[in-house]
Amino acid sequence: MSDMDTAGAKTGLTLDKAEITLNGDRLAAVDAHISPGEILTVMGPSGSGKSTLLAYVAGFLDPVFSATGRIRLNGLDVTALPPERRGMGLLFQDPLLFPHLSVGGNLMFGLTPAIKGHAARHQAVEAALSYVGMDDFLDRDPATLSGGQRARVALMRTLLSKPEALLLDEPFSKLDTARRGQVRDLVFAEARQRGLPVLLVTHDAVDARAAGGPCIELA
Amino acid sequence: MLRLVPAGAFLVLIGPVLAGLLGAALPAFGYLPAIGGKNLSLGPFGDLAAMPGLLRSCGLSLAIGLITTVISYAIVVLFIAGWRGTRLFGAMERLVSPLLSVPHAAAAFGLAFLIAPSGFLVRLVSPWLTGWDRPPDFLIVNDSLGLAMMAGLIVKEIPFLLLVSLAALPQIRAAQFGHVTASLGYGRIAGFVFGVLPALYRQIRLPVFAVLAYATSVVDVALILGPTTPPPLAVRVLQWQADPDLAMRFVAAAGALLQLAVTGLGLLVWVFGEKATARLCAVLYATGRRGKDDKVWRRLAVTLMSASAFIVLAGIALLALWSIAGLWRYPDLLPDSLTLGVWMRSLPGLTSPLINAVVIGISSSLAATAIALGALEYEARAGVTPTIRALVALYLPLLVPQIAFLLGLNVVFTWAYLDGRLVALVLVHLVFVFPYVLLSLADPWRAWDRRYGLMARALRHGPDAVFWRIRLPMLLRPVLTAAAVGFAVSIGLYLPTLMIGAGRWPTITTEAVALAAGGDRRVIGATALLQALLPFAGFALALGIPALLFRDRRAMRPAA
Repeated sequence: MSDMDTAGAKTGLTLDKAEITLNGDRLAAVDAHISPGEILTVMGPSGSGKSTLLAYVAGFLDPVFSATGRIRLNGLDVTALPPERRGMGLLFQDPLLFPHLSVGGNLMFGLTPAIKGHAARHQAVEAALSYVGMDDFLDRDPATLSGGQRARVALMRTLLSKPEALLLDEPFSKLDTARRGQVRDLVFAEARQRGLPVLLVTHDAVDARAAGGPCIELA
Repeated sequence: MLRLVPAGAFLVLIGPVLAGLLGAALPAFGYLPAIGGKNLSLGPFGDLAAMPGLLRSCGLSLAIGLITTVISYAIVVLFIAGWRGTRLFGAMERLVSPLLSVPHAAAAFGLAFLIAPSGFLVRLVSPWLTGWDRPPDFLIVNDSLGLAMMAGLIVKEIPFLLLVSLAALPQIRAAQFGHVTASLGYGRIAGFVFGVLPALYRQIRLPVFAVLAYATSVVDVALILGPTTPPPLAVRVLQWQADPDLAMRFVAAAGALLQLAVTGLGLLVWVFGEKATARLCAVLYATGRRGKDDKVWRRLAVTLMSASAFIVLAGIALLALWSIAGLWRYPDLLPDSLTLGVWMRSLPGLTSPLINAVVIGISSSLAATAIALGALEYEARAGVTPTIRALVALYLPLLVPQIAFLLGLNVVFTWAYLDGRLVALVLVHLVFVFPYVLLSLADPWRAWDRRYGLMARALRHGPDAVFWRIRLPMLLRPVLTAAAVGFAVSIGLYLPTLMIGAGRWPTITTEAVALAAGGDRRVIGATALLQALLPFAGFALALGIPALLFRDRRAMRPAA
């Protein structure tokens, strides 16, 4: 599944002097570059502004905050773009599968419109399910899945939207210990294999070690 | 486009009220060229003052409004204070929406069937206990003090106040404060009144005002249960307006302004009452008494609350029974035989009023739901929060007496050649329907987990796709419930339908109320039962459609 060999070369995700303030107080400041396949971990206790930083990069910073600096993805300045045009795939603590859609419906909602035609789209969704060992789950109600299965569907849904970077907000913290390592390895492996720059925010040192990349601590 | 929705909603709410008040004010001061009033004068007020029994009518309106509001509010507060968190309270929570959906007119007829001298309650104890071989010669329904009318209003305002309180309780963290007062040794009721009620009252103050304004100026319940010699002011304004002598239109307009003043006076008295009650509570509070022994009050609360629910439900059952009753002589408790004769005879004549009611109800509730969704979506996208001003605008049509601005609105519509048009009728229904739809929808709409929207945006979908494909389907149940609330409100509207419809759009409601003077219980039973069933049908659809669409989606089921 490799593409994006077009104009905008895969140079990675740059947070150019990104700084977020609330009523004049500096909340978070990061100046970093994440190469394709690299994972930058931002650590900090709750309230340290790490999720706010992630929201800023994704494009939905709450208007009570103000931010300076630029965000560049594969050479393109996305700072002023709305979230849907940034190409940032997102994974939260909760899988947030849409409860009114089937598993297949969720994946179909994520699947990039670049793949056209009913048969081709259907096949892409089935291939994604099969890829994570969930054949025959197409018509299932997401509410009936186990925690690990939900996390895998959420990951595939995001990957099917063909993101150019991944933003992870404590994505493993609600999984039980057994599932946790598996899902984490899967996410990191997929990101590396697809050459996606990853921004991970977490308060868990184990996540940070497993990421194996640079790490920034927010106070 | 979306930016215009809040302004449009504001216009829908405020515009007709202001236009209507102006349209009443001009003729009240003698100006209505269409029927020869070309000079401003105080004449109409002079004629109004000369109307016999005017003061008594005003006094009735004021007293009925205040007493109804005090009693309904007291029962609701006492019940919440004494029974919150119990199983019985849970049962009442489930009953509140069905009770609220019963139109005022149907509930009033049901009450009349229950308490009339030849009604069910008297039959229950006659003649074996009372010795009454014939219906006693008391004026129970339409009594000159308005007691029956107050009872009819109270049983309908209780579910309304209970519902708005139930919505407010979680916001003010009532449960936690309840634990605090209990740990300080206060009894249930005292702890609630001292610790939670002040915050609760702030939240439900506007709805309480709406109850007061409604009860001081209601027409349909007054026609069915109210005093007749003389009737409350709003009924008399309607009579003057319908008088064949066109000159009486000026008196009616002056009466409409007087009604506005009477309702205003009622609100003023209430606000003084608020201050006095706050003083009294401060004194009681300072004594430090814990009010632990509140068993009697709790029993009283549950008795009154159950009685009010029973009256509405038993009334509906009696409507149904009368509509199929064969021979049913006094003092027989039940009819000798059952027959569908009345239904066969009445249904053909009721078809067109039923269709009118449904068409107006669906149009106004769908329009209201669309505007409410637009306003809420605008609020979400623009990141603005509603202001106090918006809240007052929302309640304005519920705080101004209907008769006061409908009378003038009729003048405005006539001038614009809109009187008797369906569009005018839907528009005026919208004024009353929209506030309830928005109030019903706002909380669940705002409580939606925003992260679903962020996730959908990150999956490269724009705001419109998020709205149509994620947020709307996820919130389909509350959206349809809000539409059903609007439909129920529309079905219940009597005065707006009568006055703006100009007699060309009879609905099941205007037909039912028109029967009040006649007194054929079988026809009343059938008509009022149909009126009560329409809102039920709306709620059944609102629950059934999502249940069917999402039958295989566990997380879409209502929380048990």
